[in-house]
Amino acid sequence: MPFIPHTEDDIREMLAAIGVPDLDTLFDEIPAELRAGRLPPLPPALQEMDISRLMQERAARDQTGPCFIGAGAYQHHVPAAVWQLATRGEFYSAYTPYQAEASQGTLQLIYEYQSMMCGLMAMEVSNASLYDGASGLGEAMLMAVRANQKIRSGRILIADSLHPVYRQVAQTVVGNQGVTLESLPLDAASGVIDTDALPPIDDVVAVVIPQPNFFGRLEAVDRLTDWAHAAGALVIGVVNPLAMALLRPPGEWGERGADIACGDGQPLGVPLSSGGPYYGFLCCRRSMVRRMPGRIVGRTVDLDGNPGYTLTLQAREQHIRRSRATSNICTNQGLVVTASTIHMALLGAEGLRRVAARCHEQTRALVQTLCELPGVRPLHQGVCFHERALDLGQPAGPVLERLASRGVMGGYPLGQHDPAQANAVLVCATECITEADIRAYRDALADVLREAA
Amino acid sequence: MSELPNELRYAVSHEWARLDDDGLITVGITDHAQEALGDLVFVETPSLDSDVEAGDACAVVESVKAASDIFAPVSGVVVDANGRLTDEPELVNTDPYGDGWIMRIKPEDPDLIEDLMSAEDYEHMLAEEEDD
Amino acid sequence: MRQDRLIFEHGRPGRRAAAQAPATAVQTGELPADMLRQQPPRLPEVSELQAVRHYTRLSQKNFSIDTQFYPLGSCTMKYNPRASNSLAMLPGFLQRHPWAPDGQSQGFLACVHELQGMLRDVTGLAAFSLTPMAGAQGEFAGVAMIRAYHRARGDGERTEILVPDAAHGTNPATAVMCGFSVRELPTDADGDVDMQALREALGPKTAGIMLTNPSTLGVFERRIREMADLVHEAGGLLYYDGANLNAILGKSRPGDMGFDVIHINLHKTFSTPHGGGGPGAGAIGAGERLQGFLPIPMAAREGSRYRWLTEDDRPQSIGRLSAFMGNAGVILRAYVYARMLGAEGMVRVAEFATLNANYLMSRLRAEGFQVWFPQRRASHEFIISLKRESRELGVGAMDFAKRLLDYGYHAPTAYFPLLVPECLLIEPTETETREELDGFIDAMVAIRQEARRDPELVQGAPHGLPVRRLDEVRAARDLDLCWAPDAAGAT
Repeated sequence: MPFIPHTEDDIREMLAAIGVPDLDTLFDEIPAELRAGRLPPLPPALQEMDISRLMQERAARDQTGPCFIGAGAYQHHVPAAVWQLATRGEFYSAYTPYQAEASQGTLQLIYEYQSMMCGLMAMEVSNASLYDGASGLGEAMLMAVRANQKIRSGRILIADSLHPVYRQVAQTVVGNQGVTLESLPLDAASGVIDTDALPPIDDVVAVVIPQPNFFGRLEAVDRLTDWAHAAGALVIGVVNPLAMALLRPPGEWGERGADIACGDGQPLGVPLSSGGPYYGFLCCRRSMVRRMPGRIVGRTVDLDGNPGYTLTLQAREQHIRRSRATSNICTNQGLVVTASTIHMALLGAEGLRRVAARCHEQTRALVQTLCELPGVRPLHQGVCFHERALDLGQPAGPVLERLASRGVMGGYPLGQHDPAQANAVLVCATECITEADIRAYRDALADVLREAA
Repeated sequence: MSELPNELRYAVSHEWARLDDDGLITVGITDHAQEALGDLVFVETPSLDSDVEAGDACAVVESVKAASDIFAPVSGVVVDANGRLTDEPELVNTDPYGDGWIMRIKPEDPDLIEDLMSAEDYEHMLAEEEDD
Repeated sequence: MRQDRLIFEHGRPGRRAAAQAPATAVQTGELPADMLRQQPPRLPEVSELQAVRHYTRLSQKNFSIDTQFYPLGSCTMKYNPRASNSLAMLPGFLQRHPWAPDGQSQGFLACVHELQGMLRDVTGLAAFSLTPMAGAQGEFAGVAMIRAYHRARGDGERTEILVPDAAHGTNPATAVMCGFSVRELPTDADGDVDMQALREALGPKTAGIMLTNPSTLGVFERRIREMADLVHEAGGLLYYDGANLNAILGKSRPGDMGFDVIHINLHKTFSTPHGGGGPGAGAIGAGERLQGFLPIPMAAREGSRYRWLTEDDRPQSIGRLSAFMGNAGVILRAYVYARMLGAEGMVRVAEFATLNANYLMSRLRAEGFQVWFPQRRASHEFIISLKRESRELGVGAMDFAKRLLDYGYHAPTAYFPLLVPECLLIEPTETETREELDGFIDAMVAIRQEARRDPELVQGAPHGLPVRRLDEVRAARDLDLCWAPDAAGAT
């Protein structure tokens, strides 16, 4: 029996100590009609060798190699040390650090994580993580509703240049709490919010600003931030954390900075891994810390006056506040944060800056090379970070399928969110992409476009 | 035994209330309540000018292990809140009937305070709780 | 013991792990200067060895299943098979982009689809979605589905969710996040929900009830069928919190008990790691009435091909809970575990988890500890109360918990459920040997002797860990949440 250590003698003696004749008697409080009889057939048990074989076969059927898809998840180099350390049993098989004295490793690491995230975002406070960037945005919105006590309308304005799936997920999270999501329209030609045509706003709790936005474009964050603040709205910045090593971070937007920064931590040491586990980060002003959801670690002292770390401000949380908690969130993505912290320590500010700059550079090279092909052109003018929307001149879906069959993961089709953009694809090149990968993409695309023509 | 000033009135939910000469009612939590909660780390004071009904939750006191609502003992309007508690929540522990007051209410009717318990009745209630 | 410095304090300006980033310096291309960051973020400046050594040493300050017995009630801290980890981290799974076409994802989709099926069969529900990223998100999905169901029927008057007073705090918090108000139900003397109170609470406002079975009190809710009938007659639905599924896996099925929607903590029952606070996964299953509302995406099989089901296939779905498909890596680990258990193994989990719990309970009772429900069988966990020790010796549940750490045992869950004074909730799990359980019992007995002889020793525990008890009041009053160089080591 896998993982159950009992010998026949153990079982006999333990039953005797309890005073029951057999294992089945231990379940005698379950009414007879609820005792499961024969279950529907489940597969037979596999030995480790057999499950290894099966999983290797399955993994081998899935995509590997260079990836030009981004749209919220990005292929980056992760130092070997990161996951070797994170999967040490002491991190991997520990529980949420409720017993602080027995969890100083995880607690100190989270304190370091919070400090790194505050640095990267130029914000005052970070929590210990949320599930992912998209659901984290939902939590950020609920937090804004709690924090902006002057405006009780529940209205949140979202730049239409936000990732559409983020908006869908946020809608699921906030939809039952009297919060309404409204659109701040996008300028279709430039792919950003037109700050010369900002509508008057009134009675809005918060404005959500992505940077870079869904199309890889850079928003005029200073003007947007000041405009929102002037109307009494809070500013929620949704950012790619890697980009913040190079670009101006939310805490420095406009006159006063964004009030809340959130996003997905995946670009910081987390493999693509089929979509998760990733983690969401959440930072804010110090004055808002009690409105924050999720775990927070603080530094304090022990009985002898030595420094130590503990979960703090727990009275916000569900296990104490129950129905009046800031969120129902409890345990979330701890191990991924562990990896990400080690990743940030290894890369440092200069390393992250180099990675971010290389991504930018490679994407420019990719776009330039692909646009050499007839009919291919950028959808928007203006600067991008490490993604750009291209118009292929013909429906993108079938083109991407043919590319995939040639081993090229060519990008993210935009038509699924906007039928008017059926010919458009969002491409991305990270530091993992080489010149040869870019040439291979161009050659494959040239073939596919020619075949279709 | 915790301290129970005779001149105050008491609510089942462990608030005390005092009718002052200016007609306002000052509200705090009892010595017993602060002892049960332990060291306070945060007090969320009520919003000024808010209308409250007797029994409405209008403030929160937090210790590291618990968060408790403070209920308005009488109906009226909250006209003042103890700003010192923002930085010094421990005042509720050290001086629950003095510097640790939480809010002042302009009551709909000053006589409402008579609906609350006397020190003696409150003491009885505590004794009964102890027996459970 | 020397306190470990923060990673920042190991650094020197200009030092870095040079192999880990592009070798060439930064060119900012077409990025306009006013968009660029002026001050670099404050991040560590350390060598690779320094980082490796620092985090290795930090790890050594943790208790974990791999190093200690960890009988944390309601958390199911059983052995996390290493095979689950290494197989979930095969390159084909790790490098797969979540938006990769279905054709490039058949291996992963096959695992998701098969796990959906195994969970369905072992719980007796109609369909599963694996997308929730934690138990609490599974709860959220389940209660949101109940709300969507009533709404779809035009039944907008059902605004209340019933929750037993012994329930985990996430239950009421979740109900509120889904726009409901919460009505608490008292518990009777035997640890079951008070049936009279349930009858009185049910009515046209009842949207549903959230239950854990076995309950958070460690006992099986024996009248669950009767409760299910009452709730259904009142027009409400039943939500099953799978926190304690390890106790009955394969022995009794929530679907047969009458539950309409359930979540399973894969990080408990299916032994994926807790990771020092996640990631988990809160797979959610639904019966016939609710299955259309399950969150997307879900995996489907058509002939020999697998594909994702989306909004177009599932128009009634409550929607998406994550940008992609949830915690894929956790799902793969759970899949490996489920395949290694197989049909017979799944039943054995509950049998041996229950054997270990009842053995530990019987032995502790024989040693004179107060078992809170002595008339009941333990499920996979049970409660003892140290009320007497607290009153007579001044040594309570927290003191026992902290002193156990000195003996090399992780503490059981203390002060939960809130209904029981000075309680420890103890869950040994099926993967522990009898010798380990006996050692724990010896430690409990020894601590009680210490408490009689020298209460201050126990009250001041732990003594042999990296830190002693921490000043949590100071942590909450004088918030220090972020390192700053000028404040380092100060105040």
